[in-house]
Amino acid sequence: MVPETQLDTKTQLSIYRTMALLKANDERSRLVIKTGRIVMPYYSYRGQEVIPSALCANLRDDDYLCTIYRGIHDMLAKGLPLRALWAEIAGRVDGTCKGKGGPMHLTYPAKGIMVTTGIVGSSMPIANGLGWASQLAKDDRVSVAMFGDGASNIGAFHESLNMAAVWKLPVIFVCQNNRYGEHTRYERATSARQIADRAVGYSIPGLRVDGNDPLAMYAAAKTAVGRARAGEGPTLLECMTYRFHGHVYGDNDSYMDKAEKAEAIQADPHNRYRAQLLSAGVATETQLAEVEAIIEKEIDDAVNFALASPFPGMEEMTRDVYGALA
Amino acid sequence: MIKDEAERPQQAVKQVSMIQAINQALADAMEDDEKVLVLGEDVADPEAGGVAGVTKGLSTRFGEERVKSTPISEQAIMGAAIGASLLGWKPVAEIMLMNFTAVAMDMIVNHAAKLRFMSGGQTSVPIVIRTMTGSGFSTGGQHSDYYEAWFAHVAGMKVIAASNTIDAYGLLRSAIDDPDPVMFIENLPTYWAMGPVPDKGHRVSIGKAKVVRAGTDLTIVSYARVFNEVLAALPALNEAGVSAEVIDLRSISPWDQATVLASVSKTGRCLIVHEAVTQFGVGAEIAAVVQKELFGRLKSPVERMGAPFAPVPFSKPLETAYAPTAKRIAQQAISMKQGT
Repeated sequence: MVPETQLDTKTQLSIYRTMALLKANDERSRLVIKTGRIVMPYYSYRGQEVIPSALCANLRDDDYLCTIYRGIHDMLAKGLPLRALWAEIAGRVDGTCKGKGGPMHLTYPAKGIMVTTGIVGSSMPIANGLGWASQLAKDDRVSVAMFGDGASNIGAFHESLNMAAVWKLPVIFVCQNNRYGEHTRYERATSARQIADRAVGYSIPGLRVDGNDPLAMYAAAKTAVGRARAGEGPTLLECMTYRFHGHVYGDNDSYMDKAEKAEAIQADPHNRYRAQLLSAGVATETQLAEVEAIIEKEIDDAVNFALASPFPGMEEMTRDVYGALA
Repeated sequence: MIKDEAERPQQAVKQVSMIQAINQALADAMEDDEKVLVLGEDVADPEAGGVAGVTKGLSTRFGEERVKSTPISEQAIMGAAIGASLLGWKPVAEIMLMNFTAVAMDMIVNHAAKLRFMSGGQTSVPIVIRTMTGSGFSTGGQHSDYYEAWFAHVAGMKVIAASNTIDAYGLLRSAIDDPDPVMFIENLPTYWAMGPVPDKGHRVSIGKAKVVRAGTDLTIVSYARVFNEVLAALPALNEAGVSAEVIDLRSISPWDQATVLASVSKTGRCLIVHEAVTQFGVGAEIAAVVQKELFGRLKSPVERMGAPFAPVPFSKPLETAYAPTAKRIAQQAISMKQGT
């Protein structure tokens, strides 16, 4: 783990800003759904903010991301603009995908956000293809596949790690282990002591990291990104975290251990990091409060923009099914 | 293979196999566009250029960066093709046998077919999925099925199948040019059938059927290998005094409604023949459209002929009886003409 002193102030603040954005955006999303202004399936990522915030601090805009239905935090960290996000999840024409993708299928190529899938495990085979394209183009871009602990039990995970290893692809497989695959606890569905161990079977580095610790997460991501950029092949990162809410917004999360959940919320990684920055003198309360106030204003603006944006016209029903011949 | 094109003197034309026609299409496409890639199980020359040698020579000529043998991992094959295509490459992915597409269904149906739409047109998946299949090769229940209806049922997919060397070359070149995922279905048992050598650069437009033989009594619509059974039925039909108009659909989705409807509006009878099982098959879709558009002008009900609703059997007499034959096609057409 990299000591805190090795991370410059700017990077630490940048990671915090992203985390604060993700936290605020999740809270606002649940509020907006609760008040009925937007109807959508929502997979809260609250509690998992550190992973993409620290990881994406190592990425460039032209690096690629394939993420999943619980992936809005990943995309915001990668640079997805708030207005385009909110208009999309509201099903409006100004959304990233004209409202036709929705919260599980956002795409934003300008920031390398190439695919968001609603199918468990399917981010990985496609990330390999993005990595293959970089290998062919001889650029030094990195492709990141995000997925959850449940996805490590699906065939696509194993096929993808094997192919990435054999082809030495510049892909980072980032497992956000939040302890639950949908409603099922890790131990009841997964044989491996830890998912990182599964890398051994594919002869690639596999590392379990505290995904709630920004510095540990940053350091692990930096090593993996460096390997990929240098053409040394893929890495599997298992990032330990916890999902504060049920699988999907509104579900009865009785299957989650109440004491464990309360403990995780008590140790909220966002609040913990904020306190660390203050106690280490990296930032003052006034500075952080200002960052948070700006974020709230940006989200206000995005929500208002989204709700004022028109729905797509009926002509969009059959548009974009096929392209035109060049 | 098509013997009715009288203007083309058969003896003078150099003959190639279907395998050679497909191989030539891939080679010419790779030569014309360095973005064209080939991937799949065993496709590179260290693996002998595929189990049937369809891709033989390509990796030696174009390099193993562009012609990649893969693990036996159909999801990973399709994912690699999809991801590369999102960034402007044009992968031709081989899923060795059509039954194996079932293993990759999520990548094909949920991703390749839908990413253009779900991204609001920001991304596209210009891939070709080459796959072989067909009864008659003693390969039994998991190596022989025609599943074109599955893919034709998915918005965003295109599905094509050739019955001869010229169309195989031309359709495959058009599929590689196409901006969307195209499934190109090859017939394994007739891979070694010979036909005229295709002209370099030849294209067959996707969505265009071909009226191969003009006739007046009924229209027979077919595609892929069994189209050649339709041609083989023609002498018996002539003998029986039945004048059949024969259409090679070539493109299953989209299909050429205009050509089929124009023909059936002339003949008043329509028989659709395919190797896949009849139930819920491509014939049902064509029949529905023909009956709706030409209801008052039909002289007999639209008929479909496919395989019985059963897996492809191994035992030779059963397998031989499985797919439509020239004899059965002729009998069906004659009975339609006679109104029996």
